[in-house]
Amino acid sequence: MDKIHSHRQVAAIKHSLFDQGYLDEQFIQLEELQDDANPNFVEEIVTLYYRDSSRLISNLDHTLERNPLDFNKLDTLMHQFKGSSSSIGAKRVKAECTLFREYCRARNGEGCRRSFQQMKKEYATLRKKLETYFQLARQAGPLETAYRPK
Amino acid sequence: MNLSNGKGSVSTVTTSAVMKSGDAVSDQFPAGLRVLVVDDDPTCLMILEKMLLTCLYEVTKCNRAETALSLLRENKNGFDIVISDVHMPDMDGFKLLEHIGLEMDLPVIMMSADDGKSVVMKGVTHGACDYLIKPVRIEALKNIWQHVVRKKKNEWKDAEQSGSAEEGDRQPKASDEADYSSSANEGSWRNSKKRRDEEEEAEDRDDTSTLKKPRVVWSVELHQQFVAAVDQLGIDKAVPKKILELMNVPGLTRENVASHLQKYRLYLRRLSGVSQHQNNLNNSFLGPQEATFGTISSINGIDLQTLAVAGQLPAQSLATLQAAGLGRSTTKAGVPMPLMDQRNLFSFENPRLRFGEGQQQHLSSSKPMNLLHGIPTNMEPKQLANLHQSSQSIGSLNMRVNASATQGNPLLMQMAQSQPRGQMLSENTGPRVPRLPSSLGQPTVSNGISNGLLGRNGIAGNNRGPAYNPVPPRSSMMSFPMNQSSDASVNNSFPLGSTPGISSITTKGSFQEEVTSGIKGSGGFPSYDIFNELHHQKSHEWEITNPGLTYNASHHANPLHGNIDVAPSVLVHQGFSSTQQTGQGRDATLIGKAMFSVGEGLEQDNLQNAGQNLNPLLVDNSIRIKAERIPDASSQTNLFPDHYGQEDLMSALLKQQEGMGPAESEFEFDAYSLDNIPV
Repeated sequence: MDKIHSHRQVAAIKHSLFDQGYLDEQFIQLEELQDDANPNFVEEIVTLYYRDSSRLISNLDHTLERNPLDFNKLDTLMHQFKGSSSSIGAKRVKAECTLFREYCRARNGEGCRRSFQQMKKEYATLRKKLETYFQLARQAGPLETAYRPK
Repeated sequence: MNLSNGKGSVSTVTTSAVMKSGDAVSDQFPAGLRVLVVDDDPTCLMILEKMLLTCLYEVTKCNRAETALSLLRENKNGFDIVISDVHMPDMDGFKLLEHIGLEMDLPVIMMSADDGKSVVMKGVTHGACDYLIKPVRIEALKNIWQHVVRKKKNEWKDAEQSGSAEEGDRQPKASDEADYSSSANEGSWRNSKKRRDEEEEAEDRDDTSTLKKPRVVWSVELHQQFVAAVDQLGIDKAVPKKILELMNVPGLTRENVASHLQKYRLYLRRLSGVSQHQNNLNNSFLGPQEATFGTISSINGIDLQTLAVAGQLPAQSLATLQAAGLGRSTTKAGVPMPLMDQRNLFSFENPRLRFGEGQQQHLSSSKPMNLLHGIPTNMEPKQLANLHQSSQSIGSLNMRVNASATQGNPLLMQMAQSQPRGQMLSENTGPRVPRLPSSLGQPTVSNGISNGLLGRNGIAGNNRGPAYNPVPPRSSMMSFPMNQSSDASVNNSFPLGSTPGISSITTKGSFQEEVTSGIKGSGGFPSYDIFNELHHQKSHEWEITNPGLTYNASHHANPLHGNIDVAPSVLVHQGFSSTQQTGQGRDATLIGKAMFSVGEGLEQDNLQNAGQNLNPLLVDNSIRIKAERIPDASSQTNLFPDHYGQEDLMSALLKQQEGMGPAESEFEFDAYSLDNIPV
């Protein structure tokens, strides 16, 4: 009973993550890669993503503090960040990255900073939600991988 | 496989097996495909690895391009396909692509989150066989095996085309079938390659046609002897007959030397072309210094690196380096450029450096432009001229390719388009061809390519000692012409040479790997098969151990069969480089052999494989030679060489694809005209 309930909870969280646009199809791809040999594959990947993206975010922070702004470098950094984020299916974060890059190309420093702040917010939100999700999923036990919200 | 079993019987079996297996073959073979994944993003890398494993491929991942290159070099036949990210901190993905294309001739898939048309186009021009947009889905990875198969198939076809008609028919079929059947039966590319080679060889032997001739393996020592002889005679006066006499190697025929010479010239031209190209980038280059070419020759990795550091090494120093590298006296001081380029290759730095240098030196002679010529594009002389002018850089191909980058891609595009054979750009040769042009054209790319050749060798020499890696030998090749003829013309030969070489270079790695990776479709080029069993006798003498052409790859020459495909130039280059580098001929053996094979192939006429590759080389060489002869009117650059270059290049390329006819006539110095080139 509890197990079913927890699974349902996990499913609900996942569903909402998709509905709200935090995650996209790529996340499902990752889940499909998960198997008995790698039961926590998705979580491992996401953890790896956090680590790498923290580094990129702090790099971006530093670069944004410079004056004048090095738009090329910002664009390059953000390109990397966008690539990682899209690999795990972080939809909203990815959208902010795209916006940021457009500001970079337009040499709009203010736009970049604004977009970056927004991106950080999305990133933090996603991270929190995913942490909750994984925690529950672990507690519920293996069962959720095949679920496709859409 | 029963290699020993009767090649004939094998082929028969294979054929029938192929026919029967059909689906079975394809079902089995994607599994076990050896993939190398390169991406600096750890998240993506991990995801890709998991996806590829799910596809039942064998995956090796690395997060740095340099690591990937050394892995590939150490293990020439260890991989079937490479997937690489475009944006990487230590090396541009396209540069890596060039290197791989030149050295190992493996199919490379580029990927990026960037889906802009220009980036994708860049992938195409640099010779990537596919471009994936991130995030990559597993479905996209499930079919990457097609690129491996296609490449092998094309190589076979190329080999066929270059060879005689009769031969051609047999080989491609046999090879294809062999490949398939092998994969089905053995589940390994290597086997299929071997089988294909065997079959082909068996067939060839009987025919005495192009494929069958025993290939001469241009070992490092042999190549050095060759280079010394050419140096002595002077690049302009270096006639196969005289070279042969000077070399005084028993068993070596004039044809062998002739084909080798052609390749060498192409190589040199390519080198000069590349450096020019680089120069072009800076737009300052076209310095009429002929010496620049010399620099290229000393591509020894070490030298280049040094140069690279200097960045502006005076031609003299370069020449010296070259000489040192080549073991010859530096005749040309102006070589710095090439070296620079090489440097770049080695250091994987921006081609910018190279270009700058190249500019100064290189292109001094009009010849550099000719380098472009080497690229067998159908472009009209006019076009060439344009290219020439615009590109100025030697890497005619590069130039052209880079056209977009520097001057205008249109040229390159034109080239590709105008070429009826179209192959240059890569149709048959597939990644090979595109690689060349792109490398040439692209400032970075070409540099990479030409440099790659040079540099690669240098860098690739990873295992070798003084980083002589393939590149060095090449450089020697390059320097050779430069030293010899002060004319710029010599330089011109580089680009062309490089083109063929480029493909060959990449194949170098592949030589050995070809067998395994089956990429090279060695079957096609019997003559080039350094590793060919057929040429045991020859191999005996020259084959050192096949350390793996330039890379010290541990692979043995034999397995490489397939590598030969890569265009004679590759072989040539490889041979050159190896000779230069190791001097021990360890690796050179392979190269030397390759060179010989190439040479032989040409002579044989049947050299379908070799012919293809060699021809372009020869053609280029011949063209170059002419161009070189033309007075250095460096300012001439002009059209004259352009004409040659273009035609030669085009023919060379075309020949490659179509299996140019025997280059015999081309061997004669005077005869190095494009006559044979079916432009």
